[in-house]
Amino acid sequence: MRYEGPREDAALFQPIVHTGWRFYVLLAALVIVVIWGVSAYYRQLSLGLGVTGMNRPVFMGVYIVNFVFFIGLSHAGTLISAILRIVGAEWRRPFTRAAEAVTLFSLPFGAGSIIIDLGRPDRLLNVIQYGSFRSPILWDVTAVSLYLLSSLFYFYFALIPDVAMCRDRLQDVSTFRKRLYELLALGWTGSGQQYRRLNVVMNIMALWLTMLVVTVHTVVSWIFGMTIVPGWHTAIIGPYFLVGAIFAGAAALIIIAAILRKAYHLENYIKPVHFRALSSFVLALSLAWFYFTVAEFMTVYYGDEPAHMVVFNAKFWEEFASAFWLTVVLCFVVPVVILGNPFTRTITGAVIASVGINVGMWLERYTVVVPSLTRPRLPYGIGVYRPTWEEWAITAGCFALFALLFALFTKVVPVIAVWEVHEAKELAIPEAVERLKSYFPGTVSATRE
Amino acid sequence: MPRWGMIIDLDKCTACQACTVACLAENNVPFAGPEETSMGRAILWHEVIGGIEGEYPDLWATFIPRPCMHCDNPPCIKVCPVGATYRREDGLVMQDYDQCIGCRMCIVACPYEVRYFNWRNPQWPEPMDQYLNPDQGPPQPTGGRGGPDVRPRGVVEKCTFCVHRLEKAERKAQQEYREMSEQELTLLPACNQTCPASARYFGDLDNPKSTVSRLARGARAFRLLEDLGTEPKVIYLKEGR
Repeated sequence: MRYEGPREDAALFQPIVHTGWRFYVLLAALVIVVIWGVSAYYRQLSLGLGVTGMNRPVFMGVYIVNFVFFIGLSHAGTLISAILRIVGAEWRRPFTRAAEAVTLFSLPFGAGSIIIDLGRPDRLLNVIQYGSFRSPILWDVTAVSLYLLSSLFYFYFALIPDVAMCRDRLQDVSTFRKRLYELLALGWTGSGQQYRRLNVVMNIMALWLTMLVVTVHTVVSWIFGMTIVPGWHTAIIGPYFLVGAIFAGAAALIIIAAILRKAYHLENYIKPVHFRALSSFVLALSLAWFYFTVAEFMTVYYGDEPAHMVVFNAKFWEEFASAFWLTVVLCFVVPVVILGNPFTRTITGAVIASVGINVGMWLERYTVVVPSLTRPRLPYGIGVYRPTWEEWAITAGCFALFALLFALFTKVVPVIAVWEVHEAKELAIPEAVERLKSYFPGTVSATRE
Repeated sequence: MPRWGMIIDLDKCTACQACTVACLAENNVPFAGPEETSMGRAILWHEVIGGIEGEYPDLWATFIPRPCMHCDNPPCIKVCPVGATYRREDGLVMQDYDQCIGCRMCIVACPYEVRYFNWRNPQWPEPMDQYLNPDQGPPQPTGGRGGPDVRPRGVVEKCTFCVHRLEKAERKAQQEYREMSEQELTLLPACNQTCPASARYFGDLDNPKSTVSRLARGARAFRLLEDLGTEPKVIYLKEGR
């Protein structure tokens, strides 16, 4: 299956060789936001966490919300790329590269948010030197670093054939780039055996990563679930967080795919049919998320335990009600209305729903983390938390740096896995036809049993 | 090995808060200032909590002086990622200020909210910075302890049952080949020593003959949030309301 590089794929390599002025404007805007965030963090480093709005009893705030959100976002990649690879969903192919990049670039901000939240970031290495595995935080450190490392390799392995194509095709690029492509391609020739080996490795990695996705986000939720804090201490928190993470991640992928399609003219590769498939997936996740929400709050409400009910009331009717009900609207009502209707399930509709879902899921993390902390068990009074500009600046900086890294990545390698799309044309379609035939009577099974 | 515990008799307590003040002075707790205090950033190893309970006209006031509970089954220890908080053999739950990374997980895990975080650099207004307790602070090469910079910014701190006074008294008793007396023990923590109502006791809960264990077994004894299974070693005494 040696790929010679027909002219039709020129669009995929176009963003690498040609950069318009709009890109530089975007870059400049993102850099400004990043600088704002960095300056806020510098302020926090020199003055202490006192610059945040955190206090007693609200000892966790926006940083922890960002931590959960970014780790959740990272599940987009592995989900689309790994889980859909395992189940053989062919519509995943144009999304895989972008999805894996989301994982790779959002994870450092997940882990980084924890470091930003530390009172003594200079003592971070104590976690390795004196690490105590009784603590859910250490479970997190282990799971997230393993996930980051595995995602990096998964991303890189899938990149090798495309880097080799860049090496062979792109002649008029800088010497540095040529060297980079040559180095990263690891001497890839594109022989059939190399592709077979790559596919074996990718299949094994896909299984491993799917397991990690479940583990990582469950462990993230256990930071909360393992304590006896009302509103956190529930068995459902693991699966609930996991569903929310995949939900937000898949929705984020819709947004990114739509932007890439528009900006880099990839209409020929990412088609409405792909968005429809992804939209149905997000719709299913929206229903699953709502089911978990009902299961969670119905249990608390019916059980009617005083310590749990004060948190429940804070979310449902008191100061967190606007955030909570907005979450329900953005994560359930809007997606179901837009994506459940074939007429509004367009690319624009999907993007609108997805932006709402991501805002909603950030708010959902907020209404999980903060309200429980404002209601201590002993009579201390109600806690109040108002994030300061430093916290918002650091949050904005994280999102901007994420976008910046992603934008730069689109300029280095093709945003669509060229080899995977071609593999589909040459191998997957005949295989799918054979498989389909084998489902019905009168034919001998063609694929392995 | 003793198992140190505290008894607070709520029927004697007048909620005068002398214990809170004594604790601040003894342990060199930094001043938060009005602005930070209004944000809920004040550090109070010992605090008197409570308020008005019941419904009109059947109202009553409750006061609960609240040090660290020094739980036998402390939820804070499990969640610390670096082992900076630990339970000593004599039952005291301690905090290692040099090892703490300031993740605040222990604070969140503690149902009694007895743990505090240093949001800013510790500071004392003039002339309070001249009156810091010399018994506190990092150990000096000369043997004593010194310096006001006991807890740096960004770490968690909490009540220690005045462990520095306890250890000093233990050493003294050892040198004099004797056991510490009941009276001596009860006055060891600064909050107990200062209590005008003599509502507080301190001693070995494992010694069946001690006043604390006798009172802990009494009918008036109860512990805060007992149903959580944390096994606190601060025991309150109260008859009815």
